[in-house]
Amino acid sequence: MTVRVFLVDDHALFRAGVRAELDSITDEIEVVGEAGSVGEAVAGIGHHRPDVVLLDVHMPDGGGAEVLRQVRTALPEVVFLALSVSDAAEDVIAVIRAGARGYVTKTISSQELVRAVVRVSEGDAVFSPRLAGFVLDAFADRPGAAPISDPELDLLTPRERDVLRLLARGYAYKEIASELFISVKTVETHVSSVLRKTQLSNRYELSRWASDRRLV
Amino acid sequence: METKTAVEPVRRRRTGRVVAGVAGGVADHLGIEVFWVRAAFAALTALNGVGVIAYGLLWLFVPQRAAGEPEEAANPRERQQALGLVALGIGAAVLAGLFSGPLSGWIAGPLAVALVGAAVVWREADEAQRRRWRDGAKSGILGGTGRSTIVRVLAGVALVAIGIGVLLVNSYGIDQLRFALLAVVATLGGVAVLTVPLWIKLINDLGEERRVRIRTEERAEIAAHLHDSVLQTLALIQKQAEQPREVKRLARGQERQLREWLYGRIVEDNSQPTTMSAAIAKASGEVEDSFALAVQQVVVGDCHLDPNLYALVQAAREAMVNAAKHAGVAEISVYGEVEPERVTVFVRDRGKGFDPQTVPEDRHGLADSIGGRMDRHGGEVRIRTRLGEGTEVQLMMPRKTADKRETGART
Repeated sequence: MTVRVFLVDDHALFRAGVRAELDSITDEIEVVGEAGSVGEAVAGIGHHRPDVVLLDVHMPDGGGAEVLRQVRTALPEVVFLALSVSDAAEDVIAVIRAGARGYVTKTISSQELVRAVVRVSEGDAVFSPRLAGFVLDAFADRPGAAPISDPELDLLTPRERDVLRLLARGYAYKEIASELFISVKTVETHVSSVLRKTQLSNRYELSRWASDRRLV
Repeated sequence: METKTAVEPVRRRRTGRVVAGVAGGVADHLGIEVFWVRAAFAALTALNGVGVIAYGLLWLFVPQRAAGEPEEAANPRERQQALGLVALGIGAAVLAGLFSGPLSGWIAGPLAVALVGAAVVWREADEAQRRRWRDGAKSGILGGTGRSTIVRVLAGVALVAIGIGVLLVNSYGIDQLRFALLAVVATLGGVAVLTVPLWIKLINDLGEERRVRIRTEERAEIAAHLHDSVLQTLALIQKQAEQPREVKRLARGQERQLREWLYGRIVEDNSQPTTMSAAIAKASGEVEDSFALAVQQVVVGDCHLDPNLYALVQAAREAMVNAAKHAGVAEISVYGEVEPERVTVFVRDRGKGFDPQTVPEDRHGLADSIGGRMDRHGGEVRIRTRLGEGTEVQLMMPRKTADKRETGART
């Protein structure tokens, strides 16, 4: 079964590049449409009903987070994967909290992009090493960190922390599984749980990501 | 009057004004009928001219509404009423002056003439400002052409001069020296009054000019930066298009520089980095530049560097160099984590791997540079590798307890 993908990016050149890459490299993925603005994206996603939307974080009129806000309630079955060049933690966390199932950087290789798309289409979360680092930072317990109001959501379990550390070290799911003596399915469960906490915990709203706050 | 305007700052009206729009502006600000404001000014004028002085001060310090702000149209009845109030106010002032003694009697009349002259000139300055706002589109329909402006300004000047002159002529009986002094002071005063709009305009223009200059300088800085770095690199990339390795190296290096600049990472051009994350970023960048590969680096937490941590960074750099030289990969992953008790760094590649037992004697990198360095500073090294499965160098350095309390007032 092919995964139907919709591209959202305000750079036409980049859209063309991704489309060409995805078309040439695999039959697993079919690009069904693309959009260059928030308005076009909302209309296009409503029309094509894709499985996965590759979403740029930075766009005029509110960016990827705005697309998510306008589409998610109407089309909860559509899955979003954020694709960005941004290095700013608050941008990345913002799209995740708006509902994206993962985040990868634009320098990702074509094979890895295909793997990430397939993975989110199957309901799993995709964490780039950088996103794993951001999330570890946000949940860290250090002076000045946000208070914990709901331990269920505001704390990572030691196992989730281990999985995130290995993700940040550049390990693939399979490697993490063998490293921690658990199944790949369990790794996926941990990552999905971390994603859920990242989306729902209130600790992020208080995180300011200032470089001085990161000093331990 | 709408209630929402009550909270806005005072702005002089442009339409429906009689003298300078001060009364209208105050009425808008207070949310009351303009009639009562004018009446109050007129009544105050009867008290030794306080109303006139208050009006003049407000005229000076309250800016006009900018063009384009919505305003209701002038009402002819209101205007007549207002003119009546102005006349009433002046009449009351003159009358009050006559009764309050001979001195103010002969001062008040000429002074009133001089004031009217000044008002005419100031009003003309307001008109000039409005014309600037309209930007010449329909220049001069309301304010008149340049010629009538000059006529009005000259008339105002004449009025001021006459007022001051009469004042001086009236002050008979003073001897010559004092008369001359008085004349000089009076002339200076007249000039000062007449040129007030000019001064205000000068100050405003200076502020505006400074803002424009700051904007221009910022733009020039961005342009210079893009030219020095991005355009140069793009030119190099075009020249080297036949060598993919070199192109990658250039693009990667440029990307890193631009990111530092855009996302305000600690940019330390020539100086040594002072924090762990900056030091790892710098070391990664150097390895990327030297070996034309990508170093994917993630640092969680941060702290200031001390000699031990500096050694840790150097060891990590050595590990990256080793991976770049021997692993045969296009990407290396570096992960650093700062915890209260220790700092760990992992350098990982998915390359060839090796058998630690069979490392040739001439390759001392791992043994000396990494192991020795870490040992000397109280750290630990662990190496995980197998032929064909890549290598991961794990470096751990305990932290000094004093650093634990450091919560980072510095950036």
